[in-house]
Amino acid sequence: MAVMTMRDALNQALHEEMERDERVIVMGEDVAGGSGGTSGNIEAAGGIFGVTKGLKTKYGADRVIDTPISESAIVGLANGSALAGMRPVAELMFADFVGVSLDQIFNQMAKFRYMFGGKATTPVVLRLSMGAGMNAAAQHSQTIYPMLTAVPGLKVVIPSNPADAKGMMKQAIRDDDPVVFFEHKALYSKKGEVPDGEYLTPFGEAALVREGSDVTVVALARMVPFAMKAVDKLAEEGISCDLIDLRTTSPLDEEAVLESLSMTGRLVVVDESNPMCSIASEIAGIAASKGFASLRAPVEKVTAPHTPVPFARELERMYVPSPNAIEAAIRRTMEGA
Amino acid sequence: MQQSPDQIRQAYRQMRLIREFEERLHVENPKGEIAGFTHLYSGQEAIAVGVCENLRDEDYIISTHRGHGHCLARGCDPRGMMHEIYGRADGLGKGRGGSMHIADLDKGMLGANGIVGGGQPIAVGAALACKARGDGSVSVSFTGDGASNQGTVFEAMNMAVVLKLPKVFVLENNGYSEHTGASYGIGGDLKTRTEAFGIPLWEADGFDYFSVYEAAGKAIEHARNGNGPSAILATATRYFGHFEGDPQNYRAKDEVKNFRETVDALKQIREKVTGAGIFTAEELDAIDAEVLQLIDSSVESARNGPAPGADIMMSDVYIDY
Repeated sequence: MAVMTMRDALNQALHEEMERDERVIVMGEDVAGGSGGTSGNIEAAGGIFGVTKGLKTKYGADRVIDTPISESAIVGLANGSALAGMRPVAELMFADFVGVSLDQIFNQMAKFRYMFGGKATTPVVLRLSMGAGMNAAAQHSQTIYPMLTAVPGLKVVIPSNPADAKGMMKQAIRDDDPVVFFEHKALYSKKGEVPDGEYLTPFGEAALVREGSDVTVVALARMVPFAMKAVDKLAEEGISCDLIDLRTTSPLDEEAVLESLSMTGRLVVVDESNPMCSIASEIAGIAASKGFASLRAPVEKVTAPHTPVPFARELERMYVPSPNAIEAAIRRTMEGA
Repeated sequence: MQQSPDQIRQAYRQMRLIREFEERLHVENPKGEIAGFTHLYSGQEAIAVGVCENLRDEDYIISTHRGHGHCLARGCDPRGMMHEIYGRADGLGKGRGGSMHIADLDKGMLGANGIVGGGQPIAVGAALACKARGDGSVSVSFTGDGASNQGTVFEAMNMAVVLKLPKVFVLENNGYSEHTGASYGIGGDLKTRTEAFGIPLWEADGFDYFSVYEAAGKAIEHARNGNGPSAILATATRYFGHFEGDPQNYRAKDEVKNFRETVDALKQIREKVTGAGIFTAEELDAIDAEVLQLIDSSVESARNGPAPGADIMMSDVYIDY
């Protein structure tokens, strides 16, 4: 196994899939960068976070397309080219910019197949960087996956580590449905083991990251390493937790959550999103409706507050659910046990 | 369009203030005390100041992610801005917004904006209010060459024409849309886009304060007089990267150096003003010294400003909830 960053794992997935299938194309603002610049470097950026590095040099300007800052047209470019037989991977740079292009995402790509008699195939991958951690403030830090998870027709992928990121990116590119692929900015440089050789990571299958019997902890993206810290610390005190990484929110692996809950009877859900209509609410709802008999304590939701993402370091730290907050929530479920 | 010595002094000071504010942030940023993304306006000073010197208190402006220059030109408090950039509780945004979201509604400054193209439709709305008030006020949006490719900008232009609003579109071509050159990203000619909507456009040299002041004066006059929207196109460059830390691999090595040495906006205004005998170099140096001192004290107080707490994070999401 090779050890690499999530950035490099995603880059490898894109390289492999572009090599394998010439219908795969990449598009977005500065996915290469430098066109029209005075240095003559036609790959001056390789993506604002470096995920698309080397693609233009290897596959050329016809398959790696720098676009103007026109988010609606970028997603439209992906939608139309997908309907006409290409397999586009479009990047919107920041998930917040979904705001500019939402029609193309939720009225268009998500609904083609349903509206068009089951004949349309829209194999778009929409790449979005998300999350707090860079003090990028209210319009560059949001985790808007709950919003898009709510849209029928979209698959929503949210990896927490390099191995999943690579396997799920390859799966997303080969998937015939539109896939929204969230990449947490604070995870790009985090390293992890990535299996050698060809592999795909299926959607709708959560990963059991830690095994335990007292509490079920459900998390996703950056909250997985945060939850790991809390879970590992409590393990030293004899409190053992199942830690479930959802990996995709649509499809959602309800079974993994309910099965673990049936053994632990306690549930903590960790979600960097705002609390209302969040993934945390969804999981808590599933526990209430389908796992009620198993519950031995109130479900604990650990989320960001109901505020925009603040700028200042002190504020952003308070905003993001912390390992300490997760630890406290786990302890609350154990009170009286 | 003759300006009095007082007006010229004010314009020079504003331009120097923007220049020193940004050059200082470029020095301070790598030290690690400033969080988040910082986009600097150095090189484009003549545009913001040339436009805003034509404005009245009751007018509005809306800015971009590269907003410090517009804010300062509109009269936002440099100290309050610096505190905001440092994430302080007493910054203009209470530390919640940072560099990309500086605003001062009391000054008719409707905000920098983190969304490229996000501001123009809002400025059209402000223009609607100006028209309703009937006081001759105008609403001005600043739009970069990058943002000029957003659908929101075209929608805003069309709406302003249809409703015949006192709206001034300032198109600022600094040559780069993030890491991509304007010559690649803009289809056709930027100046013909407003023409297509029937919006008259005045062109200006974005390095030359007097050129911008004159063009903006005509455009603003047109809108003030109830003739509907107008536009100016000013071309300059940004001296720094898209954001602080940008390695700028897309730029030729000496590109910025050449601009600084030849057409620099501060150099030009100094030469013109001293050449015409309006002020002496010493008089301008005294302004520079005063500005530098203001920047020094703003940075110093921002570095030691109060950190925001949980009460600030939780407040102002709503007025009443």
